[in-house]
Amino acid sequence: MTRSPGTARLLRRALHAPEADRGNALPAGAWWLWALGLATAASRTTNPLLLGLLVGVAGYVVAARRTDAPWARSYGAFVKLGLFVVALRLVFSVFLGSSIPGSHTVFVLPELPLPDWAQGVRIGGRVTAEQLVFSLYDGMKLAALLICVGAANSLANPARLLKSLPGALYEAGVAVVVAMTFAPNMVADVVRLRTARRLRGRPTGGVRAVAQIGLPVLEGALERSVAVAASMDARGYGRTAQVPAAVRHTTNVLTLGGLLGVCAGTYGLLAVQGAVYGLPLLLAGLVTAMAGLRLGGRRSVRTRYRPDRWGARAWLVACSGAAVAAAMIWAGAVDPEALHPGVVPPAAPVLPLWPAAAVLIGLLPALVAPVPPSSHGAGKPSSHGAGKQARPGKEQA
Amino acid sequence: MIRFERVSVRYEGTEHPTLSGVDLTVPEGELVLLVGPSGVGKSTLLGTVSGLVPHFTGGLLSGRVIVGGRDTRTHKPRELADLVGTVGQDPLAHFVTDTVEDELAYGMESLGLAPDVMRRRVEETLDLLGLAELRDRPIATLSGGQQQRVAIGSVLTPHPRVLVLDEPTSALDPAAAEEVLAVLQRLVHDLGTTVLMAEHRLERVVQYADQVVLLPAPGAAPVMGPPAEIMKVSPVRPPVAELGLLAGWDPLPLSVRDARRGAGGLRERLADAAPPVPPEASARPTVVHPPVPRASRPGRFARLLSRKAEARVAAADPVADPVTRVEGLGVRRGRVEALRRVTLTVAPGETVALMGRNGAGKSTLLGALVGMIEPTAGTVRVGGLAPARTDPRAMVRRVGLVPQEPRDLLYADTVAAECAAADRDAGAAEGSCRALVSELLPGVGDDTHPRDLSEGQRLALALALVLTGRPPLLLLDEPTRGLDYAAKARLVGVLRGLAAEGHAIVLATHDVELAAELAHRVVILAEGEVVADGPTGRVVVSSPAFAPQTAKILAPQEWLTVSQVRGALEAGA
Repeated sequence: MTRSPGTARLLRRALHAPEADRGNALPAGAWWLWALGLATAASRTTNPLLLGLLVGVAGYVVAARRTDAPWARSYGAFVKLGLFVVALRLVFSVFLGSSIPGSHTVFVLPELPLPDWAQGVRIGGRVTAEQLVFSLYDGMKLAALLICVGAANSLANPARLLKSLPGALYEAGVAVVVAMTFAPNMVADVVRLRTARRLRGRPTGGVRAVAQIGLPVLEGALERSVAVAASMDARGYGRTAQVPAAVRHTTNVLTLGGLLGVCAGTYGLLAVQGAVYGLPLLLAGLVTAMAGLRLGGRRSVRTRYRPDRWGARAWLVACSGAAVAAAMIWAGAVDPEALHPGVVPPAAPVLPLWPAAAVLIGLLPALVAPVPPSSHGAGKPSSHGAGKQARPGKEQA
Repeated sequence: MIRFERVSVRYEGTEHPTLSGVDLTVPEGELVLLVGPSGVGKSTLLGTVSGLVPHFTGGLLSGRVIVGGRDTRTHKPRELADLVGTVGQDPLAHFVTDTVEDELAYGMESLGLAPDVMRRRVEETLDLLGLAELRDRPIATLSGGQQQRVAIGSVLTPHPRVLVLDEPTSALDPAAAEEVLAVLQRLVHDLGTTVLMAEHRLERVVQYADQVVLLPAPGAAPVMGPPAEIMKVSPVRPPVAELGLLAGWDPLPLSVRDARRGAGGLRERLADAAPPVPPEASARPTVVHPPVPRASRPGRFARLLSRKAEARVAAADPVADPVTRVEGLGVRRGRVEALRRVTLTVAPGETVALMGRNGAGKSTLLGALVGMIEPTAGTVRVGGLAPARTDPRAMVRRVGLVPQEPRDLLYADTVAAECAAADRDAGAAEGSCRALVSELLPGVGDDTHPRDLSEGQRLALALALVLTGRPPLLLLDEPTRGLDYAAKARLVGVLRGLAAEGHAIVLATHDVELAAELAHRVVILAEGEVVADGPTGRVVVSSPAFAPQTAKILAPQEWLTVSQVRGALEAGA
């Protein structure tokens, strides 16, 4: 530090994450790439220690960089969903048995006798430690995948992803987003109508209550959607530019042809004999379809207001996710045992050093991504055990 | 700028046209106010300008509407989007994106403006509407006034030459309404925008209008003219005009300032008259406290579940207290303290108005009184019971709330079915609800669908349903939203009658005129705390935001309403 204070200070200032605002917001795509990288890594291992580390990394980044916007609260829901998946996987394994051979019996459930035609299906019976461990690992893998998706969801506004869609698809995208707001609005309506039931002195629970408020809720949600549609129409949604007929026809041909190519190519790849022509056909189809979409974009007059820029920070975030995925794939090729701890016979999982170190690269966004402005007081307590709430102390200065 | 040529609109399945014989020209750069009783087709007329009627709503439009040279018959709403900006009654139904800045840009994006132009206009609009601090905020977290301003801003950015607004200030507190009106003023004066707006709260807007269009009755031809002329013949008029007519001022004043200038004589005449007696909570308790229902009828299982609550009811009943008491009430929602140390007592026969800006905690307090919201600190006692811990079936006979959206209370297909259900819910004699409905809502048939009622009728129906349980404490949340003056006058009459019978009434409202008419006491809430609590005259006259127009005109004398003045003059004459 003392040798060249000027350079060090400059470097530190460049690394120091700025406060987030509209101008330096990371593109939603960067967060999704990062999260998909972590998810890919999670899909490559069943080692509970590595999975726990991945979830911890995702949780820490969410805790450090999420805003308090409504969509940012979805992380907790995804964590709960993950736990539910683990529990469900275990329950299925206990009651329906498993194909995993095992010798360590934990307990024996009474087995339901089934007729001959149901051969291979078992209900109840012996439950072994191996089978439990296997399903636990399997469930954890799924849960980790879900939690990674949840992290992306709470860090990046899903509606912002729309901004990265090609122009021809934008309008369809908006329709999807508006349709998606239908669900949260309906939940709000249910709450409101249940309180209204109380006002009339009726019990708020029970099947009859649900039946009675069902119709008004649907009506209300529908009415609101129609109102939004009217508003969008009055604000110019769906205005189109005049394009020559030739361009329109070319667009149709390109898009349709491209999609056909994609279908045929995919079939070729999956079928046994078609592997030779499958890949080229798929690629050609993709290119044609993209060209069609591009040309179709001409019909749309839309412009984009302050699209998110892919700056150095965005690349760092996206690449950190990709790096984790690449490292895990590589580790899987070199040392598969470390990533898949033994189930038969059960062995205590060991934390493989290098893959674990690679997973930590995924923490990079917590350092480089712009810091959301702190609103009234401290952030919410993290719903997740990993990581403390505060950002690394020195960064704050 | 806007030309209506023999326009009439008829919706399918209706016998009479909603609008007919509309022949008007709205000149460029004017602020034109559309007035009339509810249900005369104001919203329909506004819809024809943006093309939403008939392109979106259906119905048959004959005649022509020409906006800036474009005929709405041949231009769809989206093709008028660069010319007409429309904001409907509910700003929340208007938003397409979820942050303020994106919302402001949405219209321009659809029109395909260049990115640098969009950027500049968004910045300008943020400044014009005072939204700069909110630019990154999610819209769902904004207050009502802020949302209304964002909605206006979002249609301003494409620089429309015509702005169409449907009730822009009805849902707002007085201060927020001032904000919105100041913005409109500025648009008309600085940018030459033509503004066409419908509004029930005339006392807020009529002074800003250049012209007024009066729709006197459904299907009747509109009358257009200068505000002072139209107010003389209009069936709806603000207190200031009412007072001006009463005192025979000419020209008719439309703003408090004009009226004060001419009010010297009236003040002198009134100085000799008896000073206005603050209305008193005259009647003493005549509403009998309902006996606690012994074992209510539900099944054995339900009874098992609610046994605890009932036990408490029975224990508390002997000391039942007719006075509603709130002591040190605190309510927290997540991290937000919605109410803090609120203390309030309401005696039978007393009417209390809760006022304060949007989000001050008025609705939360009502929710705590009715038992929808559990207090986090302090106590609430209604008829000696804690509402949140008592079975709803027992509570419905002690306290009734008419919510902000009366429609929430209505589930059935017909008025008769609603009434029958209400009788069952409240354990009242059969037909008691129907009798109330006939009293409050004369001329509404049994088979009418609640959805087909007008805003005021729906409120009356909800009120009747709530009153079926004859609750000694009646709560109303924002009851005059969307009501015209006639419906409001009927509501005032009904509520006065109820207070005289000994019902305690608490109403949360932004409507200062209503509070002045009805309330014995006014409680002002700010940030969840009670900041003022006292007789209406004393609290309201001293406050610039909450004083009714009559009080402002006749200050320092403490007259609150035109009817008080009328009474005094007649007594003196």
